[in-house]
Amino acid sequence: MRGFLDQIFVNAKQQILSLFAGTPDWVGQIVSSLLSISALLAVFLSLFALMSLFERKILARIQNRLGPNRVGPFGLLQPAADGIKMLIKEDIVPLRADKVMHFLAPILIAATAILALGIIPYGRNMTPFAIDGGILFFFAVGSTTEVAVFMAGWGSNNKFSMLGAMRAIAQMVSYELPLIITVLPVVMVVGSLRPDAIVAAQGGYSLGVLPHWFVFTPWGAAAFILFFISGLVESNRTPFDVPEGESEIVAGHMTEYSGFKYATFFLAEYFGMFAVSGLAVTLFLGGWHAPIRVLEIVPSYLWFFLKLGVLLFVFIWIRGTLPRTRVDQVMNFAWKFMLPMAFTCVVAAAIWHYQGRRFAGYLWSLGLLLLVYFALSRFLETGKKFAPRVYRFAE
Amino acid sequence: MSSAAFFLIAIVTLAAALAAATLPKLIHAALSFALAFVGVAAFYFLLGAEFVGLVQVFVYVGAVAVLIVFTILLTRRDVDRERGFNWSGVLIALAVFAGLLWAILKTARVSVLAVPVAPLTVRQIGEALMTDYVWPLQCIGVLLTAALIGALVLVMEEKR
Repeated sequence: MRGFLDQIFVNAKQQILSLFAGTPDWVGQIVSSLLSISALLAVFLSLFALMSLFERKILARIQNRLGPNRVGPFGLLQPAADGIKMLIKEDIVPLRADKVMHFLAPILIAATAILALGIIPYGRNMTPFAIDGGILFFFAVGSTTEVAVFMAGWGSNNKFSMLGAMRAIAQMVSYELPLIITVLPVVMVVGSLRPDAIVAAQGGYSLGVLPHWFVFTPWGAAAFILFFISGLVESNRTPFDVPEGESEIVAGHMTEYSGFKYATFFLAEYFGMFAVSGLAVTLFLGGWHAPIRVLEIVPSYLWFFLKLGVLLFVFIWIRGTLPRTRVDQVMNFAWKFMLPMAFTCVVAAAIWHYQGRRFAGYLWSLGLLLLVYFALSRFLETGKKFAPRVYRFAE
Repeated sequence: MSSAAFFLIAIVTLAAALAAATLPKLIHAALSFALAFVGVAAFYFLLGAEFVGLVQVFVYVGAVAVLIVFTILLTRRDVDRERGFNWSGVLIALAVFAGLLWAILKTARVSVLAVPVAPLTVRQIGEALMTDYVWPLQCIGVLLTAALIGALVLVMEEKR
């Protein structure tokens, strides 16, 4: 019974594929990919709809409001209403815009976001696109987003769009470095770039209650936090949403988009968020493994989506709590703090590994991380005193 | 299946390369160039060289294309100015083409239907890089770090 529920989707796919047993090889391959893609899109499009509603609900709760509650019970049909609204809106293209680039940018940005979702193991034997260099694929696809953002900014022929795109690209390029370097210790310790191997390496429990997830090692915890912050920046979420800072540059590279194209940008932002959270779950939070041995009865994909949901909630929570950072603060933070800390994680993981992955290594790596952390905070201390601000108006 | 894929990718790559050479707007040319890079990456995938294909996308589309685009953005835009036929460019292009042709013709003929070899895993590549090729790797690392520090020094503000 347990195995049946766990493998129900895998078996269903095998059943459908067995209908095509007599056909040539390539038909089976195409049908298999189409099945995976449609399952992926169905799941994540509904998650997108749910997320857009829950985000508004939770933000409202944080700000002591009610949030959307008019359409359907508890406002549950709000995403459908929003979708219809977006679809029937007029699609405005600026007269002097570069039409081709303006049109292609949202398509490219959504396509790359969806591709990145393909390599994540959603459950036991449930990786839609299992390739050897899966982690590398994720970042290779992610790096194309910058081109798409540039196309949106340039194609709109608008100074706000262009400035927003420049900010977005500068920010993405800077944070791609800590994002990738924090993945490095995990890849080093596991010795594979395959997401399935990384999840498998985190299986097993000490005493049946303490899972061997990488987040429970000092380097893993530090790398997880750094990865999550970089992920926040990469998906342009508050507090790092300077590229679309409403009070400064309207909506950044999305200024000249309306209707469904604007919705596509939103879709890409959320899909990027799902992808980064999914990768964080895979790398640090044990993927689809249950937190304690007894709970392995629950199907693996449920654990994955539970962990994903928790991370997405933290995304919303941070958005509701923190104010927006300034552009120079974002960049300084990346190069002066994130990057050295990410490198320290790599060294700490190496120490942990060569101490035989035991308690001594645990303490040594923790000590190194704390040392670098405090050294950095002393070194970066600017001695700036925060006095009450004096406002000077036009005299 | 794979020959059909080959022709499809070849057509897209060549068309993108042609567009990159002929499109009047520099930005369009640069983006078609990025598409050509993706086409080359697709060839690597077709040949079973996953790692090289991924690095191709990562480095050329993610970094080099963005660099080219930024360079175009930060330099003067002289779309309207009509320029004469660029003879020196033609000479350089012909010289490069002749050099490549010479190199290709000089190498031993590679049979199209090669014996299928087991595709290299990322692990094998990593082990080779860390054992046999560790010195070249380190040298490149030092070179790139030096270049990075040099770039930082160039743009650093002078302390007053």
